[in-house]
Amino acid sequence: MRAFSYERASTIEAAAKAAAGTDGAKFIAGGTNLLDLMKLEIETPTHLIDVNRLGLDRIEPTPDGGLRIGALVRNTDLAADGRIRRDYALLARALLAGASGQLRNRATTAGNLLQRTRCPYFYDTNQPCNKRQPGSGCAALGGFSRQLAVVGVSDACIANHPSDMAVAMRALDAIVETVRSDGTTRSIPIADLHRLPGDTPHIEHVLERGELITAVVLPKPVGGKHIYRKVRDRASYAFALVSIAAVVMQDGTGRVAAGGIAPKPWRDEAAERGLPNGAKAVTAKLLANAHPTEQNAFKLALVERTLSAVLAEARG
Amino acid sequence: MRFDTPATTNPIDQGKVVGQRIHRIDGPLKTTGRAVYAYEWHDPNTHYVYGYVVGSAIAKGRIGSMDVSAAKRAPGVLAVVTSDGIGDLKKGKYNTAKLFGGTEIQHYHQAIAVVVAETFEEARAAAALVKVDYAEEKGVFDLEATKDTAVKPKDGEPDSAAGDFDAAFETAAVKFDQTYTTPDQSHAMMEPHASIAAWNGDELTVWTSSQMIDWWRSDLATTVGIDKEKVQIMSPFIGGGFGCKLFLRADAVLAALAAREARRPVKVALPRPFLMNNTTHRPATIQRIRIGAERDGRITAIAHESWSGDLPGGGPEVAVQQTRLLYAGANRMTATRLATLDLPEGNAMRAPGEAPGMMALEIAIDEMAERLGLDPVDFRIINDTQVDPENPERPFSHRDLVGCLRTGAERFGWQDRTKQTATRREGSWLVGMGVASAFRNNLLVPSGARVRLDREGIVTVETDMTDIGTGSYTIIAQTAAEMLGVPVDKVAVSLGDSRFPVSSGSGGQFGGNCSTAGVYAACVKLREAVAQKLGFNSPDELTFAGGEVRVGDRRMPLAQAAGDEPLVAEDRIEFGKLGETHQQSTFGAHFVEVGVDVATGETRIRRMLAVCGAGRILNPITARSQVIGAMTMGVGGALSEELVVDKERGFFVNHDLAGYEVPVHADIPHQEVIFLDETDPMSSPMKAKGIAELGLCGVAAAVANAIYNATGIRVREYPITLDKLINELPEVS
Ligand SMILES: Cc1cc2nc3c(=O)[nH]c(=O)nc-3n(C[C@H](O)[C@H](O)[C@H](O)COP(=O)(O)OP(=O)(O)OC[C@H]3O[C@@H](n4cnc5c(N)ncnc54)[C@H](O)[C@@H]3O)c2cc1C
Ligand code: SF4
Repeated sequence: MRAFSYERASTIEAAAKAAAGTDGAKFIAGGTNLLDLMKLEIETPTHLIDVNRLGLDRIEPTPDGGLRIGALVRNTDLAADGRIRRDYALLARALLAGASGQLRNRATTAGNLLQRTRCPYFYDTNQPCNKRQPGSGCAALGGFSRQLAVVGVSDACIANHPSDMAVAMRALDAIVETVRSDGTTRSIPIADLHRLPGDTPHIEHVLERGELITAVVLPKPVGGKHIYRKVRDRASYAFALVSIAAVVMQDGTGRVAAGGIAPKPWRDEAAERGLPNGAKAVTAKLLANAHPTEQNAFKLALVERTLSAVLAEARG
Repeated sequence: MRFDTPATTNPIDQGKVVGQRIHRIDGPLKTTGRAVYAYEWHDPNTHYVYGYVVGSAIAKGRIGSMDVSAAKRAPGVLAVVTSDGIGDLKKGKYNTAKLFGGTEIQHYHQAIAVVVAETFEEARAAAALVKVDYAEEKGVFDLEATKDTAVKPKDGEPDSAAGDFDAAFETAAVKFDQTYTTPDQSHAMMEPHASIAAWNGDELTVWTSSQMIDWWRSDLATTVGIDKEKVQIMSPFIGGGFGCKLFLRADAVLAALAAREARRPVKVALPRPFLMNNTTHRPATIQRIRIGAERDGRITAIAHESWSGDLPGGGPEVAVQQTRLLYAGANRMTATRLATLDLPEGNAMRAPGEAPGMMALEIAIDEMAERLGLDPVDFRIINDTQVDPENPERPFSHRDLVGCLRTGAERFGWQDRTKQTATRREGSWLVGMGVASAFRNNLLVPSGARVRLDREGIVTVETDMTDIGTGSYTIIAQTAAEMLGVPVDKVAVSLGDSRFPVSSGSGGQFGGNCSTAGVYAACVKLREAVAQKLGFNSPDELTFAGGEVRVGDRRMPLAQAAGDEPLVAEDRIEFGKLGETHQQSTFGAHFVEVGVDVATGETRIRRMLAVCGAGRILNPITARSQVIGAMTMGVGGALSEELVVDKERGFFVNHDLAGYEVPVHADIPHQEVIFLDETDPMSSPMKAKGIAELGLCGVAAAVANAIYNATGIRVREYPITLDKLINELPEVS
C-alpha cells in the first residue's frame, strides 16, 4: 500500500470539490473493495475522501412512488428494508446472494456499483493486464477465463462485473444520481453507468473526476414476480458464474438482466420481448454477439437453462 | 519402550478417561482468544519489527539483478535481505525447492527478498519498491502434455506386481479400463505460515506454526548454517496445517535471516497468495485403472497406474498405494511415474497418496459394479480380503471394511437408492446416493514424552508433539490421566517446544496413536518411580485411581510420591516389526446423498455418513471433529477445489481463498459419523490407529458416484463442476 492522506468530508459539495481538486484522490465508502486493492497497489490513490458521514444513509420515498436509496446505505440495511422487501424483492434477494453478512454490513450502495472485477490476473500485479496497466496485454485471454465475461468483451479485456446488486438494479431501471465537482447534479440511468472495455478497459464507468454518487433511485414498483437466481460452484460466498434477475408478469412478459457474463449488468430490452416465448427466445438475442473462450463457453448454455428454470419458477 | 509384541490388557483398557467424550482442554483458551498463535507471540518488553516477503514474478529462470535502493530508502526500513545477496544457502533435508538463497528461480513466488521495517505497512510498501531483472527460461507446466516423459521415481516402490496381471486381465470375463484425473490442490488452512525469529548471540529462537518441531529445527539449522543445538522452535498452537506445515517453510528462514541482519526480533507471515505458489500443494494426477472380474463379481485382475509431476529432486504422489491392499485379486500390478514440472513444489497433503488414489479407484469400483450388475456395496464386500493380497502370508492386524459398509448401508438407508440412474427427482433436484470405501494406512513413528508428578498431585506432560487443531492436548491429557488414575484437570500438557522430548509430530494420521503411546511409555516409567518411591517392588501391585495409589486396604495420595522435587520420568515408544508382519490400515465407508440442479448442474450435498473402523477411538468428540472436517475437505475435492495452472506462465492462478473454493457452511448441511467399537492390539499399547486422514479417503468418489446415480453422467475429471455436467443434463423448458 502506498502512503496516502485522508480527510473526512462533511458536505456533499465539499467532497466532490476536494476529489476534483486533488490528483489521485478517491472516495472511500465501506472500503471492502478499495482497501484490498490498495494493499495490493492495484489502486494507488494519494488522497482518500471518506464519504461515510455525508448523511447519505437514508432510504426515502420519491414523489412518484419510488424510493431514493442513499449512496451510503449498507447492503445489509437495504436488503432488510420493509419497502424493498415488499416492492423490490428482486433487489433484496440479489443483495443477500452477495458476499457474506460481515461484508454486507460494510458494503455500500455506491461502492457496490463501482466495485472492480474479480479477474484473477487483475489481482496479480506480476501479470499483464490491460485493465490494471493499460497496454500490458491480457493474461486471461489465453489463460484462466472460466469465471469471466462472454458478452460485451473486447480483445483487450474479458473481465466481468462481479456485482449481484447491480444486476437487480438494472432490471429495475434504477437511476444513479450524482453531484459533480462544480456542484451540478445529474441522473444517469444504470444502463449507462458502466462502460464496455473496448480499447480502454481501465475506464469502467462514465463518472467524471470528483463526481460523487449520492443516491440510486428506484422508479415506482412494477409488480410481477421477482426472482434472483445466482449460479455458483459453492452454495454461498462465491461470485456468480451466471445470475439471472427477472421480473415476470402474469401474462408472461417481464424483464431480465443477467450477471456474471459481461463487464456490466447485461440486459437487452429487445431480447426481453421474447420472454413469453421462453428462455431460448430471449437468450438468442441477449447473447447474440457472445465471444466466449473455450473455458467459459458453458455460460451460454447456463444462461439459457437458468432462465428457463426462473421462468418455470415464475409460472409455478 | 519397545513395542514388538501385541498389546495385552493394560491400564488404558479401563477406559475411565481414554475413550470418553471429553471436550478439548484447550478449548477455553481458543474461544477466549488466549491461545497464542505464532504471529501473535508478544513479549511487551521486546520491540518486534516486521518482515515482508518478495516473491519471484516468474516461474523459471534466474535473477539477473536486484535493485533495492528505493526499498532501502523507504520510510521505516531497517534491512533488505536478498536471495542473490545472501548467496547459496544449504537446503533442508525435507525441502525440494530452495526456500531462499542464490539466483536460480525454480517456481513462481519463490522468496527472493525480505524487507524489514518498523511496521508491517512500511515493510509491505517498501517490498513493492524492490526492482528485479530476470532472465526468464521456458518451463514445463502441463502434466498431460509431459506425461509420456515421466520416469520411475528414485525412491519408494515405483512398481508392484503379483500373479500375472496382463494374462488374467486378457482372459477376464468382465473388463474395465478407465482414466481419471485429479487436480493440484491447496491445503488452504486458515492460519498462514508465520514466524517470529529472535537471536541471542548465536542462539536462535523461532515461534512458528509447525507440525513437526524436530524436522523444522534440523532443517532451519541446516539452512541458516548453525548447529541444531543452537535453535529453539516453539509452536504451541497451530491454525491448521494439513501437511503444509510438515516441512520448514520460507517464513521461518526469512525471519531468521532478517532478524540477524536487522539485529531485532522479526515477524514474518506469508501473505495468502503465497500459500498457493510459495509453499507446497498436493500434486495433480492422471490415473489409469483396469479391473478384470468373474461374472460373479470376484476380481481376478487389478491394475492402477499413476502419473504426477514435481520439480527436479521431488517425489511422486503415490496414488496407487491403496490399490495394493484394498481388494482381493490374485493378479495385480501398480506403477507410479514422475514427470518433471516447473510448478511450485508438490508434497504431502492430508492422506497423501490415498486421498487422490481413492478419488479414482472408488469411482472405478462403482463403474465396475455397474458393469457386473452388482450393488456397489456388495461388490466391495465380495472382494474383501483379510490378508495382504500381494503377500497372502501377511494378515491385516485388524480389518472390518465389511462391517463399515454394512453398518453404513443400514444406517444411511442405502436400500432406498434407485438402481436406475437419473430417476429420483425432487422439485428441480435430481437426487442420488453414492458410496465409497475409505482406506488409509496406519503409520508407526517413534515418539517421546516426559511426565512429571509434583507434590500437588499435578501431572505435567511435555513433548514436542503438536496440536494442529486435532485435539492432541486433550488425548494426551486423557492418556496420562488414565495411566496415573487422576482426573483430566489434574494433567497439564505442554506441547510444541523443541526443548521437550522429540515426538512423532502431527502427520500421516500417526500423531494421535503414536504420541499417546509415547506418553503411555513415559507414564509406565513414572508408575515405576511412584512404586519405588512408596516402597513397592512393582507398580503392578498397585492400583492408580482417584488420585490415589491403592494396594489392598492401603491408600496413599499419589502426590505423596513426589517430594520437594517432583518425580520425573521420560521415555519413548519405539516400534518393532508388527508393522511388517501385519498390514496395519484403517477402514471406513462413506455414504453421500446429493442433489444436482437439473437446470444449472449445481451439485449440493444433502447428507453424508462416515463409518470408521480405526482401532480404539481415544476421544469420540475430537475424533468426530477430525472426520467431519475430513469429509468437508472431501466435498471440496469433489466439487470445487482445483489449483488452476496457467500453462503459459507457470503458476497457480487462483491464489486466494476467493478463487480457490473450499466448502462453506452452506455446502455441508448434515454429517454423521459412526465409529465401530474395536481395538487393534498390533498398533500400540493404545490399541488406536489413525482417523484424521481416513475420514477424507473416498469421500470425493462417494460424491462422484452419487452425482452419477442422480444424473447418469459419469465425470472422471475432478472437480465435478457444473460445466462438466451441463451439456448432458436433460433439456429444460
Ligand atoms: C470476499 C468478498 C466477497 C464478495 N462477494 C460478493 C458477491 O458475491 N456479490 C457481490 O455483488 N459483491 C461481492 N463482494 C463485493 C462487495 O459487494 C463490494 O466490495 C462492496 O459492495 C463495495 O462497497 P464499499 O462501500 O465497501 O466500496 P468501497 O470499497 O469503499 O469503494 C469501491 C469503489 O467505489 C467508489 N465509491 C464508493 N462510494 C462512492 C460514491 N458515493 N461515489 C463515487 N464513488 C464511490 C470508491 O472510490 C471505490 O472506487 C465481495 C467482496 C469481498 C471482499
Ligand atoms: S480480462 Fe481484463 S482484467 Fe482480466 S487480465 Fe485481461 S485485461 Fe486484465
